[in-house]
Amino acid sequence: MNGIDLSCRLPLADFVLEADLILPGRGVTALFGPSGSGKTTLLRCVAGLARAAGRVEINGECWQDDARGLFLPTHQRALGYVFQEASLFAHLSVRANLEFGLKRIPAAERKVGWDAALELLGIGHLLERGTQALSGGERQRVAIARALLTSPRLLLMDEPLAALDAKRKQEILPYLERLHDELAIPVLYVSHSPDEVARLADHLVLLEQGRVLASGPTSDVLTRLDLPLARDEEAAVRVDAQVLSHDDAYQLTCLGFAGGRIQVTRKDLAVGAPARIKIQARDVSIALTGDNRSSIVNRLPARIVGFGEAAHPAQCLVRLDVSGTPVLARITRLSRDELGLVEGMDVVAQIKSVALLG
Amino acid sequence: MHLSADDWSAIRLTLELACIVTLLLLLVGTPIAWWLATTRSRLRNAVGAVVALPIVLPPTVLGFYLLIVMGPDGPVGMLTRSLGLGGLPFTFAGLVVASVFYSLPFVVQPIQNAFMAMGPRPLEVAASLRASPWDSFIHVALPLARPGFLTAAVLGFAHTVGEFGVVLMIGGNIPGKTQVLSVQIYNHVEAIEYGQAHGLAAGLVVFSFLVLLLLYSVGGARNTLGTGQ
Repeated sequence: MNGIDLSCRLPLADFVLEADLILPGRGVTALFGPSGSGKTTLLRCVAGLARAAGRVEINGECWQDDARGLFLPTHQRALGYVFQEASLFAHLSVRANLEFGLKRIPAAERKVGWDAALELLGIGHLLERGTQALSGGERQRVAIARALLTSPRLLLMDEPLAALDAKRKQEILPYLERLHDELAIPVLYVSHSPDEVARLADHLVLLEQGRVLASGPTSDVLTRLDLPLARDEEAAVRVDAQVLSHDDAYQLTCLGFAGGRIQVTRKDLAVGAPARIKIQARDVSIALTGDNRSSIVNRLPARIVGFGEAAHPAQCLVRLDVSGTPVLARITRLSRDELGLVEGMDVVAQIKSVALLG
Repeated sequence: MHLSADDWSAIRLTLELACIVTLLLLLVGTPIAWWLATTRSRLRNAVGAVVALPIVLPPTVLGFYLLIVMGPDGPVGMLTRSLGLGGLPFTFAGLVVASVFYSLPFVVQPIQNAFMAMGPRPLEVAASLRASPWDSFIHVALPLARPGFLTAAVLGFAHTVGEFGVVLMIGGNIPGKTQVLSVQIYNHVEAIEYGQAHGLAAGLVVFSFLVLLLLYSVGGARNTLGTGQ
């Protein structure tokens, strides 16, 4: 069977972790939730580092099935695990760390090449160093490459950016995005950062107190008004777009996506290249018609799908359908009432700013 | 200062004893330390306490019971006799066995502390990189615990060189067989041969200092003796 089939039940100190999930067998699936919601434990169950009752099957390969009395120990599971803090072996050089897993798998199973992994994570120049001489971001990149070199059938990442400061995060995120784009290895990614989730995840699982609140395509879950994600200050959606053209006179780049066209400040990207953009709820406002004159360049026709509460009582959330692409807007309740916004209404979404990712 | 033939023989015997005992202690102590560092068994504290007993017991008490257990009517004594090995008391082999018990905590505890300081994470990482538990132990746990092993070896060696009470109880004072340095120094003092006592005692001080200095400066052994860190 294609896909990741998880069924885990494990009593923890404060609650019982109970998850029954069928996840896509490719792309990045984020396990998202507040700290202490059981995300890491779920990941450890998949790895066999924690023993829950249930079943773990990865694209047809069964790692645990209590019904058949099957439980493979971690070292017999073809997985890569990236821990929160880069746990490089201190007694080995960078090169020996990278070779540690590589030399423990048969040559026939080596699908991720040495050069490809080094190039992907940009660590070729670090090989002969000791692990102490690396920055936090470099260590984490080495740890990711080390995991990849075992050619895993599943990559597990436990908040790989959590121990890094904002600058290092920005340094490493593009590598994770390349990972996503260039490798066919499915990834389970634990995170409590909505920003990371919006950037990286294709599929999103929301956990709270050991239970699955929601599981679905990221843009759907992120914009669901009944879930806490939409209420986050940084609530945003990710939109996969393509570079359509460049405007040299005004120094703008035009991006196309299912919902229309968006112009951003000019980027050095080839026409036709994929581009991911992030639209934050706070940057989206609503106008009744498209002809009102304003400085906002990006105005897209949209339909109001629903309303939800925002974190602050003065505001509310509006879920918009921009020709099939869900987008969130955070506006004041005052504006909602003064404009007479109701469900099903056709409006214009004014997007004040767009962040181009990667 | 002139060392007698007996003095030289005591020196040779002591070094031989300490080397053999240290080697045995590392072999015996490592699995015990590993078990104590990783087990969740309820027996953990009890086993830990038994291993640590020689730290608090007077060596004579330990020596006394070892003498009884290894004596002709003791269980170990009967076993060794039935195997045709003869009795252990008043033999070099008996000294080796007694010293292993006596110095065990000084080897187990530094290694145990090193394993505990390492924590489970490196082994989890190794497992995620396809290393079997034994492979991880050899290629990850042992190298990472190296400072603990150095401390353990130094302490085990030094403690064996310095033992006195247990040796007297179990080995006696037989030149060339069980007469080790500490006993020989005692003999000299008893006979008011202070000059010769000095020769051996000062030599021991200098030797111990040099060994410790060498290990601390090149080996990375931790500079804290005893049990805590």
